[in-house]
Amino acid sequence: MSMIDFKVIAASGEVSLFPLHLLGMFFGSLGLVFFLGAAVGLIRFPDFYTRMHAAGKGDTLSTMLMLTGFGLVTMEDFSLGSWLLFVKIMGVVLFIFIASPTVSHVLMRAASEDDEMPLTKNDGKKSSNKGKKRN
Amino acid sequence: MIEYFAIVMGAALLVLMIPVFYRIWVGPTSYDRILGVNVIGTKTAVLLVVIGTLYDRVDMFVDFAIAYALLSFVTAIVVSRYLNRTISQKEMETREKKAGT
Repeated sequence: MSMIDFKVIAASGEVSLFPLHLLGMFFGSLGLVFFLGAAVGLIRFPDFYTRMHAAGKGDTLSTMLMLTGFGLVTMEDFSLGSWLLFVKIMGVVLFIFIASPTVSHVLMRAASEDDEMPLTKNDGKKSSNKGKKRN
Repeated sequence: MIEYFAIVMGAALLVLMIPVFYRIWVGPTSYDRILGVNVIGTKTAVLLVVIGTLYDRVDMFVDFAIAYALLSFVTAIVVSRYLNRTISQKEMETREKKAGT
């Protein structure tokens, strides 16, 4: 099938399974899976640093994947405005790719200077020292 | 098709935000709360793009998403630096007390 057929299908408002739309939906669903992992880790992990590990990685990757997916989904025709929109969304993705690890770094440094202790091998499963401070 | 995908995506995002709200609510330390607020902020930028897809005005809502992502980043940085500075001031006061006695 040529590209013109897809354009006609997308313009006619019927069920449009344009390949870019399929790719975008795949990326969005993958981002949702990573966000599920981040949310579960944020609840289940015992320590601040492990929670930060889950939230930092899962949040960054899932946000990037979802925004890329929606950039592909909203790309209906290859006009100038559509390209501009895609470039803008990729600009948001680039910003989050830089900013989210920076936030993780700053938060972890602040917590580390606040003497927030990580869990060690000696901490048994019964005695959770959430928020316990070294003094 | 795209509308259904956007609706399902937004609903799933909102449902998955509930655990993060739980972590903000009961977070043992204040750093957990900032972490949760940061996660919610970046996900709200995604949610704005979803809303723009639903209303067919993505070109307008993407600017909101950019502004919201910038604001969330600055908020997280400023709050964590503020906590860090207050803590170091407290430490300095205790050190001065120890040096005085």
